[in-house]
Amino acid sequence: MFRAARGVLSFAAVIAALGVLWEGIKLLGGDPNGAWTPPFQWTVASDLNMPHVWDIATSFVEPAQRNGPPLGLVLGDAALFTFREAFGGFVFGALLGLALAIVFVHSRLLERALVPYVVASQTVPIIAIAPVVVIWLQGGWLAVAVISAYLTFFPVTIAGLRGLRSPDPRALELMRSYAASPRSVLFKVRLPAAAPYLLAALKVAATASVVGAIIGELPSGIREGLGGAILNFNQYYVSGPPKLWAAIIVAAIVGIGFFVLVRAAEAFLMRGRVPAAET
Amino acid sequence: MSGVVSVRGVDKVFGTGRERTEALRRIDLEIPQGAFVSLIGPSGCGKSTLLRLIGDLTQPSVGTIEVNGKTAHRARLDRDYGMVFQSPVLFDWRTVQRNVELPLEMTALGRTQRAARAAAMLALVELGGFERRYPWQLSGGMQQRVAIARALSFEPALILMDEPFGALDEMTRERLNLELLRIWKQTGTTIVFVTHSIPEAVFLSTQVAVMSARPGRILEVISVDLPQPRNDLTREDARYFGFITRVRERLRGHDVAPPRAAEVAASG
Amino acid sequence: MRRLRYYGPAVAIFVGVLAVWEIAVRAFGIQQFLLPRPSAIAAAFTEHFDELVTVGGNTLVEAVGGLLIGGVAALAVALATARWTAASRALLPFAIAANSVPIIAFAPIMNNWFGVLNPLSKMMVVAVLVFFPIMINTLRGLTLVDRSSLELMRSYAATELAVFTKVRIPNALPYVFTALKVSATLSLIGAIVAEYFGGARSVLGQFIITEAAFFRFANAWAAIVVASAVSIAFFLIIVAIERVAIPWHASSRSAESS
Repeated sequence: MFRAARGVLSFAAVIAALGVLWEGIKLLGGDPNGAWTPPFQWTVASDLNMPHVWDIATSFVEPAQRNGPPLGLVLGDAALFTFREAFGGFVFGALLGLALAIVFVHSRLLERALVPYVVASQTVPIIAIAPVVVIWLQGGWLAVAVISAYLTFFPVTIAGLRGLRSPDPRALELMRSYAASPRSVLFKVRLPAAAPYLLAALKVAATASVVGAIIGELPSGIREGLGGAILNFNQYYVSGPPKLWAAIIVAAIVGIGFFVLVRAAEAFLMRGRVPAAET
Repeated sequence: MSGVVSVRGVDKVFGTGRERTEALRRIDLEIPQGAFVSLIGPSGCGKSTLLRLIGDLTQPSVGTIEVNGKTAHRARLDRDYGMVFQSPVLFDWRTVQRNVELPLEMTALGRTQRAARAAAMLALVELGGFERRYPWQLSGGMQQRVAIARALSFEPALILMDEPFGALDEMTRERLNLELLRIWKQTGTTIVFVTHSIPEAVFLSTQVAVMSARPGRILEVISVDLPQPRNDLTREDARYFGFITRVRERLRGHDVAPPRAAEVAASG
Repeated sequence: MRRLRYYGPAVAIFVGVLAVWEIAVRAFGIQQFLLPRPSAIAAAFTEHFDELVTVGGNTLVEAVGGLLIGGVAALAVALATARWTAASRALLPFAIAANSVPIIAFAPIMNNWFGVLNPLSKMMVVAVLVFFPIMINTLRGLTLVDRSSLELMRSYAATELAVFTKVRIPNALPYVFTALKVSATLSLIGAIVAEYFGGARSVLGQFIITEAAFFRFANAWAAIVVASAVSIAFFLIIVAIERVAIPWHASSRSAESS
């Protein structure tokens, strides 16, 4: 409990430091503000490109559109929508990734035949294929979840393969001496051994799923999520720069939040075991 | 004959409060020039800690340690030590030759001199021709011989070895024991050797320092005056078995940890 | 012969999938905006070869430039902070948290900062994208050094600089290359996504958008194939550099023996 509080505190300190740095840059090279004229004129630090921290903060409580609900609420809804897509993609991706890893561990032939394509799949710019997927699945958050799963399954498969192969060969020989079935070898030796690898991969997957959800929304005309909000506020950037920044901050919160969630789950599941290195 | 190492009244305590562990108590040890001294005792008796104290990898809580008439710290800065650990600690990214050259790179020696010295040391441990290999291409015993060549390469006054053959099989171990004795004779260096094998300690050493369980104390320094040079015949000598029995009995008398109350009373 | 046996299944899958794709599209009359035939994509590829090369090259420049900027910055930060082990340990959780921020959301900001048409705006997105993975991995490689190795160097009274150049940096190299391999793919994807938020006409992202908008889907798919191929080539180049740079490492070793 104490450690958690300290973590939150130091996190707040880092955020505050970033805010101070931000305003410091504006003080040095931003737009003239009342009596103060900054010594430099950097375009990057203008009010258009780097709105004041307090402007971004107040934009959350101001209405997003005339007579509409405050931006904070709008972005909150969008965040939930995107998180639902991301979580769906995370679950699909994790299950698919694990299933592939289990298949590959049991069949060298399939491993040799398919693993190169699993690796190559990640070089395909998913953003270009997203519209097609959305049409196939007739739109909606489920389509985006599938796109998100495309980015999510990969780290799970790779880590799963490594983890399922990680048991001590002697442990496998021990199971052989019991004439254990492949099923019980899988459940009693391979999967427990793979757990730390899988949990480490799930943290990567959590991040990837949020990225996937945002990317999936961009070209597919889905406007209820954060990707849509970012596109929208980018279009009207000149009339309200803080709104885009607010949307980005919320996206960052969703990304970090999902990561922290998976990490907490990992800490709970792995209590008493040696955790894998963080990635 | 002046001592290369003299340890006087050394205590070593780790941690404080409830975590406090007394590792070593009132250690006195004189190691003469050219000696081969083994430290032996039950696991956790602090024999490795004593070795690390001599090598200035950790500092005593009480007492002084002198090496060649200097503080251990000064001796380390003067590069008087060659360390050999239980694992070879070779750098994967260096060839065998470059691994042996590593300590020489800390000195003013030029490239050709380094290469010549490395070649000589590798010949000494009978690994001539393996200069270009990488450590992973060598067996465990060969890797440990590279580590010994590295320790010898800059002719340190003192070689400190922490269970160097502990991870090797019995056959390799016996062969490397013989090689180590040959190198010791050839170079005339002083060796401090930590082991938990009684036969190994007796076979190699001029003196065996028998230590008690925690807190480690030196119970007795047994002089092993078996004839030199030792060889396979030594292992069949009746006196060899006599020394083994002596060390074993000295250890057995004290390998039970002292009662906790006594420990508290002594430390409080 | 052994090579053929090893790669045989993968090649068979490749040929099989293409055949099934081609036949299925023809047999079920799948519309080309859903999935063009491989033969149509191949035809589009040869027809627009020159343009695709230009477009792919421009995007590759953005990706490589971004990887260089981000990589150099990440290495600099990692080297600077690794000197203070305690400080860098405290820093690591924040870097890991920052790494879970969807960086791609910053693409429109970078467009505003550096100009939509300026390739630098895409490079900066890529730079930020690859910064954290490279920084985190390098820092880990510099600090996760075998304790005995450090004690060995201590017994030689080695200077701080010698510990860095002879132990920490060589130890970090495999970690750096792991990150670079991931970043190679990441950088190309990142550049293409950044191009979606607007950019010069002659880049992959914009090419795909326009071709799709004009219902020339075979052309769009040809560009997707180019993107994938460039990405794989970039990855393989880094693997080749890795093999030359760290021949001692296990990943180079296993490749040698297989």
